[in-house]
Amino acid sequence: MGAIDINGLNKSFGQTQVLQDVSLAINAGEFVAVLGPSGCGKTTLLRCLAGFEQIGSGTIHVGGRAMSGPRMHMAPEDRGIGVVFQNYALWPHMTVAQNVAYGLKIAGMSRRDRHARVTHALALVEMGALAERRPADLSGGQRQRVALARCLAMQAQVVLLDEPLANLDVHLRGALEDEFAAFHARTGATMFYITHDQSEAFALADRVAVMDRGRIIQFDRPEALFRQPRCETVAGFIGEGRVIEAEDIVPIGAGRARARVLGAEVELRCAPSETRRKTARISFHPDDLDILADPHRTTASGIGADITRATYRGGYLRTQMTAGPQNRVALTMNIAAHAGIEPGQHITVTLKDGWVIPEARQATG
Amino acid sequence: MKTFARNLPISSGYNLVGALSHIPAGRPFRAFRLWRLLTGERGLGGVLFVFVALLSIVPLARLSYAALVVQGSLDLDRIVDVLAGRRVIEATINTVWISVSATVLATVLGTGAALLVGLSDMRARTVWVFGFVLPLMIPPQVTALAWLQAFSPASPVLGPLGLSLPPGTRHPLYSAGGIVFLLGLYNAPLVFLSVRASIQRLPASLMEAARASGARPAQMLRDIVLPLIRGGILAGAALAFVSAIGNFGIQAMLGIPARVPTLITLIYRQLNSYGPSALNDMALLALVLAGLTVVGMSVTGWLGRRGDQRVDGAAHPPRLPLRGWRWPLGVLAWGYLAVCLVLPLSALLGTALVTGYGQVLSLDTITFDNFTNALFHHQGLRQAFITSLWLTVLSVVVLIPVAVALGYVLTWRRTWIARALRLASEMAYALPGIIIGVAMILFFLRPMPLIGTAAYGTVWVILAAYLSNFLALALRPILGAYGQIDRALDEAAQLTGATLFQRLRDIILPALAPAAMASAILVFMTAINEIQTSVLLVSSRAQTIGPMIIFLEEAGSSTLAAAVGCLMVGLVLLLMGISLIFAKHLPQGVLPWRD
Repeated sequence: MGAIDINGLNKSFGQTQVLQDVSLAINAGEFVAVLGPSGCGKTTLLRCLAGFEQIGSGTIHVGGRAMSGPRMHMAPEDRGIGVVFQNYALWPHMTVAQNVAYGLKIAGMSRRDRHARVTHALALVEMGALAERRPADLSGGQRQRVALARCLAMQAQVVLLDEPLANLDVHLRGALEDEFAAFHARTGATMFYITHDQSEAFALADRVAVMDRGRIIQFDRPEALFRQPRCETVAGFIGEGRVIEAEDIVPIGAGRARARVLGAEVELRCAPSETRRKTARISFHPDDLDILADPHRTTASGIGADITRATYRGGYLRTQMTAGPQNRVALTMNIAAHAGIEPGQHITVTLKDGWVIPEARQATG
Repeated sequence: MKTFARNLPISSGYNLVGALSHIPAGRPFRAFRLWRLLTGERGLGGVLFVFVALLSIVPLARLSYAALVVQGSLDLDRIVDVLAGRRVIEATINTVWISVSATVLATVLGTGAALLVGLSDMRARTVWVFGFVLPLMIPPQVTALAWLQAFSPASPVLGPLGLSLPPGTRHPLYSAGGIVFLLGLYNAPLVFLSVRASIQRLPASLMEAARASGARPAQMLRDIVLPLIRGGILAGAALAFVSAIGNFGIQAMLGIPARVPTLITLIYRQLNSYGPSALNDMALLALVLAGLTVVGMSVTGWLGRRGDQRVDGAAHPPRLPLRGWRWPLGVLAWGYLAVCLVLPLSALLGTALVTGYGQVLSLDTITFDNFTNALFHHQGLRQAFITSLWLTVLSVVVLIPVAVALGYVLTWRRTWIARALRLASEMAYALPGIIIGVAMILFFLRPMPLIGTAAYGTVWVILAAYLSNFLALALRPILGAYGQIDRALDEAAQLTGATLFQRLRDIILPALAPAAMASAILVFMTAINEIQTSVLLVSSRAQTIGPMIIFLEEAGSSTLAAAVGCLMVGLVLLLMGISLIFAKHLPQGVLPWRD
């Protein structure tokens, strides 16, 4: 019902092309997050989907119906798509209940049915008691709940959310994340969630589309983005990923390969199609590094490093160090807080896990 | 002292503070303290207070006193007698219904135009906005004259169409309806500017949320946009009402020949009547007019505040595609400009190019005598123009620095003085100019305390009236610019030890320069053709160009009046054009004619 199919979408504002050949196939009922830095075009993508922007070329289908395409553009009001805005977009001259009821009123629903639907929607987001308030008298979190209730009442099959938590305090975000998840479970609607916060995207989404400079560079499950990034940009963007050079990559089957990293012999994960290569870029995360118990024992898998800085982060010590020839390579490692680590110390670390980034193919999409 | 100083070793010159500390406390120090006091903030506030008080509070108080008290006693019978007079009651009723109807007309036109410009993807918007706002910049007496000429045989539009009036028929605009029509057209840009500003503050997402909820553009307009810009509409209506009720040019040019008395024309005619209490009666009528203005402002202000929704958004509202409506609305919009600009102004030009009123403009009758007369031969006109020019320049030179200083106090100080200053300057601006004129007559009629002669009848009264009348106009763009300056800039300069004047000169003025420029342009354009106050204050010794059109028209030289009108419109267009050259450097929205 609410499957979204975007094909070869291009969009320019004047000379600058903000969306380049964007294609996404989203299943009905799926929760998809679009993740990217500000200015990457993700909000424009949402606005094209909602019908606020006309597209340059390509097609958008929702639930099998053509929404935008060559020389056609369905008006936003005809699309039946719900939108939750970053700044809530509650109409200040209407009460909470009137805000939620407005779309139903436009649709011509009778007053009694409307009242029942609004009461139910407000009860679900625990805003029933504040139905007669004005938006100006609500807190940010409450406003976003009302905006959510507005979508609930409309029973839209597709809901677009444009950075809905960006204006809220950290402690409110967790609560509203739960609210969005509950909304999704309750309605089964397709959710299209724009954010620049990866923890938000990972917590909520079935699949995440990573955007950069107007392109979708990878569209995958969160753990796949984290463990098998398709390119350096994704690898560096997701989970404080680190990308460095590795040599003599030799696949050994079962999705694993041997390689030499900073002089150490290590075993890494790789794509099944990986071939023997002289050099490759690999990615790993701070948790993939570990300190060797005996710093003086040198093994084939040990990497010598000098600690430059150690910061206490509660449960762990965040350790920054330099390694490799002329100590040129900066590394970051999270280790247990009680480990006796001090700046200036020389230690040996090992790389427990890593991913060989596949060779860039000509056609990415 | 002198010998002591001379005997000091040269080196001590480096230590001036130390040297001065030897001087016993005395006059120099007290003078220094007084200087500090005058140049400090309190001093500045005081000086500004005296300025505003002398130019608006005291004259207006004098007006109220003269209106109510004759020869030292409050004579209620006289007041009732004057107010219950048949002509006064008729004029009051006329004033109220004409102003209210004109306000309704202006509000409908202005709001429609603002919605079209602000929310649609209309083509050639910039040109259209310029054309729509232009009538506001043309002096009302010229507008009235131009519309009167529109039906004359010389009109290049209606004449060839055979629609011009045969000589001797009553002109349709010489009627109460004609006054309402012209006042409505004249003030529509005021509503337009106010509503457009509200639309620009409207967050796009509120409208998009409505579309996403299934609302069609028309439903969105009705349910979301109009309720949210209600404050702007009513603020514009208040401006239109104040402007309509105090518009002397149109009410006099149409109302006096049509025998439709209004308060403002009654006040004007009262000036020429005699009798022991003629001046007091005039003051009383002015007070009634002021009362009506305040009531009108209060009602619209109250309506606007009630349930007012403050919205602020940085994003510009979306432009809705007109699609099928593009042609009908385009024809309507451009047709409106054709009717409101081309029709009257071409007729004005046509009349200016023939030798006598009623002639048909053709190659045989065309003449430039009226223009050469107006420009070179008519002694009175030239004198009046020169007077207007230097009065205007002087007003700008005085008002802009005062407005900059006043803006500082009004923006960043929350004292009762600041509030009183603001109220007084707004009051002097909102009240019809003719009331300021009456107040100035009364205030300056008696010999001045220091000079010994009365200023009445000299240009200085006109200057005082201009300063009083246009202070708020000069203040408006400057206050807007102050709102954009981070106060920390001034405070940081204060911490380095800069005095108030140094800060105003070095920190504030550079940031404020574009807005000060804009307000100088606005004051110049308004004052150069000013009629509302000067019509009462001009005398044989002091003439300004604004009222000349009425005098010429009354004297029967319609063609010369038309030529002067054309020159005024030309001057306005020239100034607007020059301002557009600098528009890039001016803050957004200070030039009303720029989209």
